[in-house]
Amino acid sequence: MTENLLDARAVRVQFGGLVAVNDVDFNIPTGSIVALIGPNGAGKTTFFNVLTGLYTPSHGQVDFDGKSVLGVAPHKIAASGMARTFQNIRLFGAMTASENVMVAMHPHLKSGVLSTIVRTPKQRREERDARLMAKELLEFVGIAGVDDEFAKNLPYGDQRRLEVARALALRPKLLLLDEPTAGMNPQESATFTQFVHRVRDQRGVTVLLIEHDMKVVMGVSERITVLEYGSKIAEGTPQDIRSDQRVIEAYLGKSGTEAAK
Amino acid sequence: MFTSLVERMQPTTDNGRTFARYSGILAVLVVAWLIPNYIATSTEGPLPLFTVVLCAVYALFALGLNIVVGFAGLLDLGYVAFFLFGAYTSAWLMSDFFYQVNPRDPSDKQFSFSVHFLSTASSKIAGIHLSFWIVIIAAAAIAAVAGLVIGAPTLRLKSDYLALVTLGFGEILPEVFRNGDNVAGYNLTNGTKGIGPVDRIGMGFLDKLPGIPSTIVSSDYKTKYYVILLFCALFMYASIKLRDGRLGRAWMAIREDELAASLMGVPLMRTKLWSYAVGAIAGGVGGAFYATIVGTVNVDNFTFSFSIIVLCAVILGGMGNVWGAVLGGVAITWFNYTGLVYIGAQVNKGLGTHINLKNYEFMFFGFVLVLMMLFRPEGFIPAARSKQLKKADKQVQSIETAGVES
Repeated sequence: MTENLLDARAVRVQFGGLVAVNDVDFNIPTGSIVALIGPNGAGKTTFFNVLTGLYTPSHGQVDFDGKSVLGVAPHKIAASGMARTFQNIRLFGAMTASENVMVAMHPHLKSGVLSTIVRTPKQRREERDARLMAKELLEFVGIAGVDDEFAKNLPYGDQRRLEVARALALRPKLLLLDEPTAGMNPQESATFTQFVHRVRDQRGVTVLLIEHDMKVVMGVSERITVLEYGSKIAEGTPQDIRSDQRVIEAYLGKSGTEAAK
Repeated sequence: MFTSLVERMQPTTDNGRTFARYSGILAVLVVAWLIPNYIATSTEGPLPLFTVVLCAVYALFALGLNIVVGFAGLLDLGYVAFFLFGAYTSAWLMSDFFYQVNPRDPSDKQFSFSVHFLSTASSKIAGIHLSFWIVIIAAAAIAAVAGLVIGAPTLRLKSDYLALVTLGFGEILPEVFRNGDNVAGYNLTNGTKGIGPVDRIGMGFLDKLPGIPSTIVSSDYKTKYYVILLFCALFMYASIKLRDGRLGRAWMAIREDELAASLMGVPLMRTKLWSYAVGAIAGGVGGAFYATIVGTVNVDNFTFSFSIIVLCAVILGGMGNVWGAVLGGVAITWFNYTGLVYIGAQVNKGLGTHINLKNYEFMFFGFVLVLMMLFRPEGFIPAARSKQLKKADKQVQSIETAGVES
């Protein structure tokens, strides 16, 4: 096992003249919970998209679990242990909660076309186990019993949880959560903080989250990286970040910080 | 209705439902057996046997396209390509077209071996003559490979673009076959003259069973019907099992959200190619069978309208529903080949008019499509999931309106 599960060096993403991510160095120690924060449009989601293989950076290097992910197809990166949720929930609406979770088991299941058609004992066993595992994951994220509900029909909070269950079905080493508490009330957010710890401690999953709710960020993360206009402006423990002048400026603006004085 | 019982999401251990499902399937089988024996007529009337056989062929096509369009959500407007490959496979391997192989006139002899294998054709006839059952496997394989070859470049495109490019392929391939009578000096397709006659279907050891001949003569539509029914049943079974398995889930995930699917570890190209290949197999088998029932293969049979008719069958029947695809294929084919003419004749008899309804075929077709889209856009037999989703939507709607009114 490498010390850093993820190692990104000098990553730069450019859309025409716009530099969305500007030479960012970033790493995630194995087994940690790390947050990526910054004002809207700072390039956080773009950075996620680089990690998961949707964008190829203009230059820079991204190593995940000791191997480069640049130019690797998204489904291969996912299968190698990087799972994510989405800022705007992207579930498979017309599929049940259980099926949603089982889709993400795709790389781990073996049944081919022929064994599925003739339903070999091995294929049946695999399907049964997959269904049980889906049930377990739904229980783990706290939505037990919704197995046969269509994802589209679930309440908003349950959809967020289902996304996490689906991501966990990939058996990830690294879980990327893109604004997981968006739209949650304070109680739900507080429960979520505990939940992230549970994911790390019980499942051994390293977590990286993008988050706007500072209470959540400060409560959950061991290390925080702050982006502004695509550049990294600060990095450190929650205490460091809280007192960092540049971060306060980025969030409140210069005049805001002066007024506060 | 048997459909709501048969068409379900997940295999369940609930005995009541299992019983209902099997009795539903039994009922369908009984009806399928009754049709050629008691309901259909030989030539005249509302349901001639020839039309019944064609209905079953189109049901098979609709089943195949349903995998691509219904399950994986890929709009394919070039399904005719697989029909064409299947039919030509029959023509090549079951006729005297390649007479150079095993010629009657020894001076023509270019190959020293004779290719007659379990065939119904006399060994004195020139050409390649393989057993129909081998040709079916060959046709399935050739169509599947064609699916992969056509799919590899086109499936990188999305939605409308995919539709356009597949349409292009559906137009190009018949032209290639039309001009295939002189490929570097070799005649591969016989051009516009077509290839025929295609050999009959041999039933092999099955002729020991009562009522089954050793060779299906051209007028024996009853046995032909049983053969195509067998293919339909096999393909339905395979469709349902695939839908409920690992691959089916991946297809559906791609249909719902391609990007999310790939980020959940579903390989997009490979999964889409599988849908193409499996769908193509039905087209190839249907095409090979079609060639044996009509006896000749002519490039004029393979038109764009074929792709559209099969697509309409899938949409009318209920996208993503196996029983819907069958019903859609049967209904459209019946109207096309017999329904309109028969209804027209009845109307003319009743009113003393002389209207040829067949001339207004596409008018009725369009009319039915508009009506369906207005009143039942999910098709005759919608997939169980779209039915339940619609119900949930209605509930939400009624709650919302109730909230507004109160």
